[in-house]
Amino acid sequence: MENTQPQLFKVTIDGIEVEVEPGTTILQAARKIGGDMAPPAMCYYQPLKGSGGKCRACLVRVAAGSAKDPRPMPKLVASCITPVQDGMVVENSTNEQVLSTRKAIVEFLLINHPLDCPVCDQAGECDLQNFAFNHGMATTRYEEKRRTFDKQDIGPYIQLHMTRCILCYRCVFTADQITQKRVHGVLGRGDAAEIGTYIEKAIDNDFSGNVIDVCPVGALTDKTFRFKNRVWFTKPVDAHRDCPTCSGNVTLWYRGEDVIRVTARKNEWNEVTEFICNTCRFDKKSTSDWVIEGPTKVSRSSVISVNKARRDAIIPDFQKKLAAATYTDVHEERDTSQLGIQQLPPERFAPVLPHANDPEP
Amino acid sequence: MGKKILLEHINVPGIETYDVYRKQGGYTAVEKALKTMTPDEVVEEVKKSGVRGRGGAGFPMGMKWSFLAKPEGVPRYLVCNADESEPGTFKDHYLMKNLPHVLIEGMIISSYALGANKSFIYVRGELMYVVRILEKAIAEAKAAGFLGKNILGTGYDLELVVQPGGGAYICGEETALLESLEGKRGNPRNKPPFPAVKGLYQSPTVVNNVESIATTSWIINNGGEAYAAIGIGRSAGTKLISASGHIKKPGVYEIELGVPVEEFIYSDEWCGGIRDGHHLKAVVAGGSSVPILPANLILKLANGDPRLMTYESLSDGGFQTGTMLGSGGFIVFDETSCIVRNTWNFARFYHHESCGQCSPCREGTGWMERVLHRIEYGHGNQHDIDLLVDVAKKIEGNTICPLGDAAAWPVASAIRHFRDEFEWHITNPSEATQPGAVFKGDMALV
Repeated sequence: MENTQPQLFKVTIDGIEVEVEPGTTILQAARKIGGDMAPPAMCYYQPLKGSGGKCRACLVRVAAGSAKDPRPMPKLVASCITPVQDGMVVENSTNEQVLSTRKAIVEFLLINHPLDCPVCDQAGECDLQNFAFNHGMATTRYEEKRRTFDKQDIGPYIQLHMTRCILCYRCVFTADQITQKRVHGVLGRGDAAEIGTYIEKAIDNDFSGNVIDVCPVGALTDKTFRFKNRVWFTKPVDAHRDCPTCSGNVTLWYRGEDVIRVTARKNEWNEVTEFICNTCRFDKKSTSDWVIEGPTKVSRSSVISVNKARRDAIIPDFQKKLAAATYTDVHEERDTSQLGIQQLPPERFAPVLPHANDPEP
Repeated sequence: MGKKILLEHINVPGIETYDVYRKQGGYTAVEKALKTMTPDEVVEEVKKSGVRGRGGAGFPMGMKWSFLAKPEGVPRYLVCNADESEPGTFKDHYLMKNLPHVLIEGMIISSYALGANKSFIYVRGELMYVVRILEKAIAEAKAAGFLGKNILGTGYDLELVVQPGGGAYICGEETALLESLEGKRGNPRNKPPFPAVKGLYQSPTVVNNVESIATTSWIINNGGEAYAAIGIGRSAGTKLISASGHIKKPGVYEIELGVPVEEFIYSDEWCGGIRDGHHLKAVVAGGSSVPILPANLILKLANGDPRLMTYESLSDGGFQTGTMLGSGGFIVFDETSCIVRNTWNFARFYHHESCGQCSPCREGTGWMERVLHRIEYGHGNQHDIDLLVDVAKKIEGNTICPLGDAAAWPVASAIRHFRDEFEWHITNPSEATQPGAVFKGDMALV
């Protein structure tokens, strides 16, 4: 009997032991424990083969490689692509180096991000917003010009706003793996790299809309939903229909009586469980098209759930901290119009705004 | 004179042709290896020689070969990394241009040792004329029966393919090179799996530098022990050094590992000293990505002993007081060179060459370049120096491939050793932005 049981690997993450099957990644093992244990992931997307390893948000420290070879790994490793070993000990949020690196990754991802959340359709369900809120700093040290791109038209349903893109490659993998032919890809190199259709082609196939769902930021948005509403004013409802091309299992987003958006269903890690077709997504926008199953389960920490739009509802002390913070205006200190250089005190870089999760001063 | 292994026949007229090379004893190593040795014996001989990868990382080559997975029924590949693009390094270019048959001979022996029947030479895209030289040399070797089907009647088949790259620095990273060779975008792969298990076309692959592969023919002819006897300790054999900068005789030199750095710079046999009337200020010892060292630290170790041209001696003291041998791009600066401008120039290169796949490198290289540009052009602030150090620290070690490290090290080391020069740029912007203005403060010149 014992031989038929698959041998499980024991992994310790932040002091919590979990048993997983061989071949599981550290990230998946941490997700199995659940809750806050899972490292953040900006590019890794479990349904897409080959994704991960690019954003470096999920870096963790391996304190012991395995039971056989308990040496620590010399560098931080990307937990989304590193398979576990038996007896591995991983430090995630208990390690200072991991946390400071994560802070740096937020900073790197945001230096060329326009931070136009107030006008961005993704706000409220944006992975980058959550990541920055949970792990980032309140201020930036970046004073240079940000990288910008023109908005690009890539077909009747999808708007590409490249300036917001963090180059996670998820949409590239999606087009590779669930559509017949990929017409968009990454052009250029370095921070000039961009998602594009060479040259100005339209993305036109039955499943093209899924790139909107997988995009962690507001770079790919639904043209039929753009500027219609804020996501926290809408009510998500699970529904299905008999669709000849896809499973037909979707989430409908209601504002009052109207369906204003249809998306695929997502799991607790914000990953699409079943990809849906464009007919379901863009054309069926009346309640009579659908069989309603019931309200979608929304995480209590999400702004989409009731009353969570108020930040003091999430972290009661944060208001107090904000009120006590000292603000420094970059433009007061720095006059770049003239060559004369003004000496600044080193405290210029002291954190002037508190972090939401900081302990009380 | 130091011992010459690779450049022994460099001055023979017509050495780039098969006939002259053969008369000088060329291709005898191929005959010896294929006719009298098994592939495992060749690997064993290379292991004994202790030759280390000459592309920069210095990983023992025999060890790398023995890691190659050998599953049944799956082809194995040898790829020669001739995508030499590190600023300050031009040794492979020189070797391939002048002695193409040394590389071809090494390729045949290495492919035989690894059991590869199709091997690739991935040449940097800018060097199209070298591609033609190599293709001509391959045609000559094929006509003489050293390539193709049933080489020398031993039943071993080998085809050599020369593939020009697109001229991207990132394609010198081995997995990005393999992606590029497969016809894809040159992005480094996540590791593991390593190329020795899943490389080119998902088959086991060994990627070696031009210089490493070229040494195998001498090792086979003279034995691994003879090679190990040259050099000092774990730094065995000879190394091609591309010397450039403010020296009297820039060029490619073959040195026995273990020559003192001071002798290498000042001896007439090699660099011939700093140009007249000037003094040594700093040296980048192994290509642009290794840490820059000021004159006093490059000539002497922290404990006062002379620094030698070996892997160990150059990295003595870690990055606090040491550097790396790297790929052997030896760039010498005299006191007329501005370290800030030079660091900005390097940062600009890495910003331009970052592939953009992982966020620390994609965003961090651009950030460093912009801040350095600001300092160089008189718009810097005191806190910019600490900002640079912090950004470099956050890039280092957190990226998919070593390009992030390569971009961070020159910036971090320049600030570590020349902080006063950065501060001078910030506090005296009007003076520092004059054409040709250089910091004249308290510096250890030699």
